[in-house]
Amino acid sequence: MMPTRPSIERGVLPWLWLSALAATAPHAIDQAGWLNAFAATLLALVAWRWWRHAGPLPRWLPPLIALSGGTGIWLTFGTLFGREAGVALLVLFMAMKFLELRSKRDAMVIVALGNFLLLTHYFQNQDILTGLWLLFTFWLLTASLVRLHGGPDDWRANLRQAGMLAIQAVPFMIALFLLFPRIDGPLWGLPADAHAGRTGLSEDMAPGSIAQLARSDEIAFRVSFAGPIPPRARLYWRGPVLENFDGRRWLRHPRQAPVARVIAEGPGIAYESTLEANQQRWLMALDAPLAWPASARLDSRLSVVADKPLEARQRLRMQAALDYRFNVEEDPRTLAVNLALPAKTDPRTRRLAESWRNQAREPARIVALALRHFREEAFHYTLTPPLLGDNGIDQFLFETRRGFCEHYAAAFVVLMRAAGVPARVVTGYQGGEINPRDGYLTVRQSDAHAWAEVWLENRGWQRVDPTAAVSPLRIELGIAGALPPGEPLPPLLRLGSDWLRELRFGWEALNNAWNQQVLGYDTTRQRELLQRLGWPDADWRSLGLLLGGALSTLLALSAALILLRRPRPVPEIRLWHRALRRLRVDCAPGETPHMLLARLHEQSPHTAECLAPVVAAYIQARYGPPTKNTLADLRLAVDRLPRWRLL
Amino acid sequence: MRAAVERFLQRHLFRWRTDAAGTIRLGQRRVFILPTRGGLLFAATLLAMLLAAINYALALGHALVFLLGGLCLTGMIHTFRNLHGLHLTAVRCPPVFAGETALCEIVVENDDTRERRAIELACADRPPSRCDIPAQGRNLIRVILPAARRGEHAVPRIRLQTVYPLGLFTAWAYLQPPLHSLIYPTPLLHPLPPARARSDGGQGQHQEGQEDFAGLRQRQPADPMRHVAWKASARDDGERPLLAKQFAGGEGGELQLDWQLTDPAADLETRLSILSGWLLQADAAGLPYSLALPNASIPVAAGPAQLERCLGELARYPG
Repeated sequence: MMPTRPSIERGVLPWLWLSALAATAPHAIDQAGWLNAFAATLLALVAWRWWRHAGPLPRWLPPLIALSGGTGIWLTFGTLFGREAGVALLVLFMAMKFLELRSKRDAMVIVALGNFLLLTHYFQNQDILTGLWLLFTFWLLTASLVRLHGGPDDWRANLRQAGMLAIQAVPFMIALFLLFPRIDGPLWGLPADAHAGRTGLSEDMAPGSIAQLARSDEIAFRVSFAGPIPPRARLYWRGPVLENFDGRRWLRHPRQAPVARVIAEGPGIAYESTLEANQQRWLMALDAPLAWPASARLDSRLSVVADKPLEARQRLRMQAALDYRFNVEEDPRTLAVNLALPAKTDPRTRRLAESWRNQAREPARIVALALRHFREEAFHYTLTPPLLGDNGIDQFLFETRRGFCEHYAAAFVVLMRAAGVPARVVTGYQGGEINPRDGYLTVRQSDAHAWAEVWLENRGWQRVDPTAAVSPLRIELGIAGALPPGEPLPPLLRLGSDWLRELRFGWEALNNAWNQQVLGYDTTRQRELLQRLGWPDADWRSLGLLLGGALSTLLALSAALILLRRPRPVPEIRLWHRALRRLRVDCAPGETPHMLLARLHEQSPHTAECLAPVVAAYIQARYGPPTKNTLADLRLAVDRLPRWRLL
Repeated sequence: MRAAVERFLQRHLFRWRTDAAGTIRLGQRRVFILPTRGGLLFAATLLAMLLAAINYALALGHALVFLLGGLCLTGMIHTFRNLHGLHLTAVRCPPVFAGETALCEIVVENDDTRERRAIELACADRPPSRCDIPAQGRNLIRVILPAARRGEHAVPRIRLQTVYPLGLFTAWAYLQPPLHSLIYPTPLLHPLPPARARSDGGQGQHQEGQEDFAGLRQRQPADPMRHVAWKASARDDGERPLLAKQFAGGEGGELQLDWQLTDPAADLETRLSILSGWLLQADAAGLPYSLALPNASIPVAAGPAQLERCLGELARYPG
């Protein structure tokens, strides 16, 4: 018997402290600096006070800390609510709880806050490392709970106990994860700061804007094709189409034209695209889209537009035709828009275009002349073009001649319009990288691209990529193959050596699997899984039934494993039975060892002689004073028994 | 009213009755389990987390919530297991004097290969005794019984309880040992009544008594401590065995501790307390004594058995 322990033991605090640290540490990455310092100071104060066996805090201190922390949060975020301010407030609250940690209930509140803080980190990041951190922190939090409620003093034993509990929780998690009815979409309006700070293609284009994007190796989307992957030179992922030019920037034209009419001239290509969240509505369909998800529509400029901005990673099934005719009959108003140029800009460009127009009457010939111009003159493809002033197109075409895809696309469209050919800029992505590990095509921000589209009589809108004329490698190999060394490429793309590339492919395939299978597990995937399990058209009721069944089975199984373990007899009794077996002697129920010995003396004196030392040692071990030697003596006595059969 | 409801529940829901003597095993039907307050807080947190995970479509959030949910379930089984299958033997309740802390000794035995931790045994509202029981081991636990007046009391129901390992659930079981705790009357210090000459008389001149100092002799283990001649012993610097004072009792007879000899003006409990004090003094002096109560009389004898018998009689005296 031990004296009743105080409500919270001294040994508990380090566990809670470490759990709190593990739960808050990921927030340090994107939290305001002063808040990190504040929380770290409070945690350090807690640790120091624990180390020094300090008594209760002065009464004025906690309100002061709470007030200053709350004021800081108010000043930083302008509110105490909302997502980021809320998280900051929780961190502060947890640190405060440590300072007044007295009862078990305080400790339970800390554990609950720790769990919640762990969750809030997933607003920012849900990658594999975060998942591993989740497991680690979960283990620590469990160990804190175990230690708090009377777990072993030895930290290794405590971790082992917590680990055992945690591992037994995993089957339940898997069952719940797979079968818990998933609900699409937010339950309530998301706060304004719900999805912040994500990059992607923007809806306008100025010289340098795409080059800026191309420096990022962030993944824009991943695609898996149902059939073979088409050659990369034909992979144009269509984003916003820009028709208005103000002399420097390209913008979308606000007018909605009549619907797009596409005639496919080849087989449809089915694929599934997983788009990263980018807060935009452009779904980057492969040119030209034939089928798109129900939650999106095709606009008159052949871009697939979602009904809602992409706020989370989304998987979409689409179809495309690589050979197509698009709007052979075009609305004259649209054509007029695509011939407009700002007045009195770029005079040299206009003169060049007019000379072509006089040279070749036919628009298709003019296009060819322009492409030949780009191919034969000394143009350079570079990520770091010189800055352009007024009359930027003139400057680019006749002076600097160094540019990225947006420069070429813009210059080409201006030339076409000046020559009387309707033309416009299309932005999107081009190409992508095939990961041989999982066969996915990965399209990054660095694959961002701009090209041109001209409208020709009887043929409709035709894609023309002037960048391909300047740098064919860009289209064939991608940006890393097209740029000379020394360009500021994103680091991932620069990896030259084979094993590093292999490593990167492996890691990205793993990430993709994680994204597809774990993070992308949604209602659709759930339905697919159930279909494969033999439950077609499952609704939430059948899911509930299935989940209930799975959970009860698991519960019964673990209860059986944990509770129905056959008790092992104590070692003395095991040794005693071994001795009896070895001598082939039966001990009647209720017969004491001494009685057995007396009986054997009459029946088989030799056996009794063998058994006598065992009986003595057994009596000592079982009923004597509890020292370790008695058991060893008994074991020795049993080992000394003759092994032959006594018959 | 509440007591009646509780009694009804005890009898019909928990099928309550006094446990038989000997060892009982805590089977499935004897162990109850419910969430604790901490467990409810935990569940509320999980619910909030689940809503957040659904609202923001956080796959890892779902995973975390489900992992914690699974932890609750396994924790529940483990808390149950912490009590399930224990063997309990209520051994005895050592008698105490009124005002002292009465204890009930219970052996808790664990034949499982895993240890049981943080088990609390408590009786009524007394502070619980907490213990860990090693794998295939046993532990003697003393449970504090509620304070009681003189008399013989049935040991109240004892509650075993554990929240280990996670504190989210509390499992409990009841033990109703068929034991009685004997509470002796608080002894009052009153001078002993004079001893009476032994009835067989005659050779009483050199009987040891405690009235007249007769010299020193080596102390025997049976000599009461207050007969030790501390001053004389101290002179020897503790090199020799302690010395004891020898007394020659006047008549050297036996003591008759009679109810009638106590102050008749005092109330019943005081008179019993006086008798209790006499018994202790007589026993300390090593004198043989008899006890006479209105409803019983115990013949003359000496030694611990006699003391226990007489004190027991006082404790059981109706009143």
